[in-house]
Amino acid sequence: MAATARKTTGTRSKSAGRSRSSASKSKAAPSIADFSKEEELEAYREMLLIRRFEEKAGQLYGMGLIGGFCHLYIGQEAVVIGMQLAKKDGDQMITGYRDHGHMLAMGLDPKGVMAELTGRRGGLSKGKGGSMHMFSKEKDFYGGHGIVGAQVSLGTGLAFANRYREDGRVSMTFFGDGATNQGQVYESFNMAQLWKLPVVFVIENNKYGMGTSVERASATTDLSHRGASFGIPGEQVDGMDVRAVKAASEKALEHCRSGKGPYILEMITYRYRGHSMSDPAKYRSKDEVQKMRTERDPIEQVRNRLIEKKWASEDELKEIDKKVREVVNEAAEFAQNDPEPDPSELYTDILL
Amino acid sequence: MPIEILMPALSPTMEEGKLAKWVKSEGDSVTAGDVIAEIETDKATMEVEAVDEGTLGKILVAEGTDNVKVNTPIAMLLADGEDASALEGAAAKAEAPAAPEPTEAPAPSAAPAPAAPVASKPAADPDIPAGTSMVSTTVREALRDAMAEEMRRDENVYLMGEEVAEYQGAYKISQGLLEEFGPKRVVDTPITEHGFTGLAVGAAMAGLRPIVEFMTFNFAMQAIDQIINSAAKTLYMSGGQMGAPMVFRGANGAAARVGAQHSQDYAAWYAHVPGLKVVQPYSAADAKGLLKAAIRDPNPVIFLENEILYGHSFEVPDMEDFVLPIGKAKIEREGSDVTIVSWGIGMTYAVKAADELAGMGISAEIVNMRSIRPLDIDTVIESVKKTGRLVTVEEAFPVCSVSSEIGFQVQERAFDWLDAPVLRVTGKDVPMPYAANLEKLALPNVGEVIDAVKAVTYTS
Repeated sequence: MAATARKTTGTRSKSAGRSRSSASKSKAAPSIADFSKEEELEAYREMLLIRRFEEKAGQLYGMGLIGGFCHLYIGQEAVVIGMQLAKKDGDQMITGYRDHGHMLAMGLDPKGVMAELTGRRGGLSKGKGGSMHMFSKEKDFYGGHGIVGAQVSLGTGLAFANRYREDGRVSMTFFGDGATNQGQVYESFNMAQLWKLPVVFVIENNKYGMGTSVERASATTDLSHRGASFGIPGEQVDGMDVRAVKAASEKALEHCRSGKGPYILEMITYRYRGHSMSDPAKYRSKDEVQKMRTERDPIEQVRNRLIEKKWASEDELKEIDKKVREVVNEAAEFAQNDPEPDPSELYTDILL
Repeated sequence: MPIEILMPALSPTMEEGKLAKWVKSEGDSVTAGDVIAEIETDKATMEVEAVDEGTLGKILVAEGTDNVKVNTPIAMLLADGEDASALEGAAAKAEAPAAPEPTEAPAPSAAPAPAAPVASKPAADPDIPAGTSMVSTTVREALRDAMAEEMRRDENVYLMGEEVAEYQGAYKISQGLLEEFGPKRVVDTPITEHGFTGLAVGAAMAGLRPIVEFMTFNFAMQAIDQIINSAAKTLYMSGGQMGAPMVFRGANGAAARVGAQHSQDYAAWYAHVPGLKVVQPYSAADAKGLLKAAIRDPNPVIFLENEILYGHSFEVPDMEDFVLPIGKAKIEREGSDVTIVSWGIGMTYAVKAADELAGMGISAEIVNMRSIRPLDIDTVIESVKKTGRLVTVEEAFPVCSVSSEIGFQVQERAFDWLDAPVLRVTGKDVPMPYAANLEKLALPNVGEVIDAVKAVTYTS
């Protein structure tokens, strides 16, 4: 059984590499426009920031400075950065608990995010939210939610408010493959299409809902079809290629903005680390992970193109890495030295 | 023998209705299934179909008659071969009819104490200026008026729920709102509580002011994760950056004969949760003033209504903007011998009990809590310091009830003033039964309140 499972997942990991072409069998192949030099460099920098930030978070967790649950985004960076490159000002983002990357993509201060992870007063939620619960009205980031699937209804509600105000915004509602089996997701799909709400449902399919592979949890595994019975268009996207993500996101956002209702993007992606820091990830082989890292890594893909096109030298890329590390180290420094919340904060922010 | 046609009950809580129109006239022949009359309940106009064949011999209740009790004979049907002469004896019998036994609670078990009656007069509401003229209003109308006024006041307020728009509300609370505010602001949802509740919380986080109507709060259990984990906790989890300014409202508690899954009081469930406010109005004035406050409140407010109270009329002040403070109890009646604390429909038992107790010479002070969270325990403590005795009354289950909490806080803060243990009169610790007699036993009644008061006042 275990052998079979490995075989299956081995096949799946290959299929992620092929996902663009396999999706194209049934649909028109999304044309992937090449990035300009500036776009490549921006994507590289932003994805690297998430990568280094998460590596540091993992390190601080190991040192006991971060407690509780901590879900790292390493491997999935292209999804949120591709989406961020496609969005317009005012578009909102909401996600589950694997949210650090989303916050950094939405422009939240890495210091505030890291200090929240360590539970300090300078954290984005004053230390009262933790890794899974951060928000920023200013940056249109709506959390940070710990109940699998709950953010899908909430994100649909953001879209309801957008339509109510006719302000042209789109809600980018992220959830994982695991959440696609929650009932309220379909309740939300129904209302979103019924009322033509401007919401892009972004399914981050990293192949495992905690330790259970999509194949073992889902009767049908092409999750982009999950809106079919409501007439919501959907497509699979190579979530390891930031260019593919951006192209698909632009199309989906435009669909929503033009009043045609919701759109589903299934981002085929992969998380390198366990579900959370306490997950040894024994449900998949080391080979599977290694193969992903070496063949499909979203940051390496951009890096290789930059070098190939001679848009950046090794030294220049090292310099970017160095600057990113500085930002992350500064955040980590702040997060360790910032004091814990004042005890009086226990009783604040319960009611207005 | 002519057949009596009786006023039908057309909803679980209907006790009387208006005979709006006779579709058939005397002398018309009627076959089973023919519509013979139209009856207006407080919720809807319904057609009454004949069940038997014959000729409509005599109409006993003229069209346009209000308040016709259920089971009153409204017409006589002649069977084949009978003529009008058959009506004479029967009609005479029918004219002394028989509205059904009112569903009053049983009389108190003990005979009234031979004491002089004491005064027990309704206390003035400090939130209503003296001299304000009052208008008799049903709770149903008061709730509608509150929503309409607040929707006029704030463009961000909207109503969503099942059957709230085109159907005009399953319990006719939202009557006329669609017409005035249009489908953008009065939104019919699919039957999808979990989904539309989450959606509304999201809309509130984005700055709208949703009013979510649950047809009844029983169905809100489908959505309780979104109410508690998303609506109640977000302000705290975000360090005060965003919350969910919204109202969850609808019928709560037992209606009549609707069985275990449709008869439950959720006050204690929601009152348990920091980040929520919980309101449970009794009168139409409570309903109006508190709902307006709830809609304006920047926090999520659980607003627990009661289907049986919807049709009850109360005096509501004729004020341009009547808003009551959430978290403040009202001394509904002043008294000196015992404090009876209640809220919502529990108040109906408390008020009737206080009337009877007055006849026995026991002066009861009634505290109408109005809000469950924040709980105005100060007002209860003040009253207990005066009377030394406390009885709480509610329809919910007894274990971990709001009564439990009040009793606890009173012993904590007024132990030395208590002259007797605190007693509670609650629904029984059983799922709500369907059978009429068992349901009656499961709910509290006036007799139990009187017995409890006698016990704490050591009156035999």
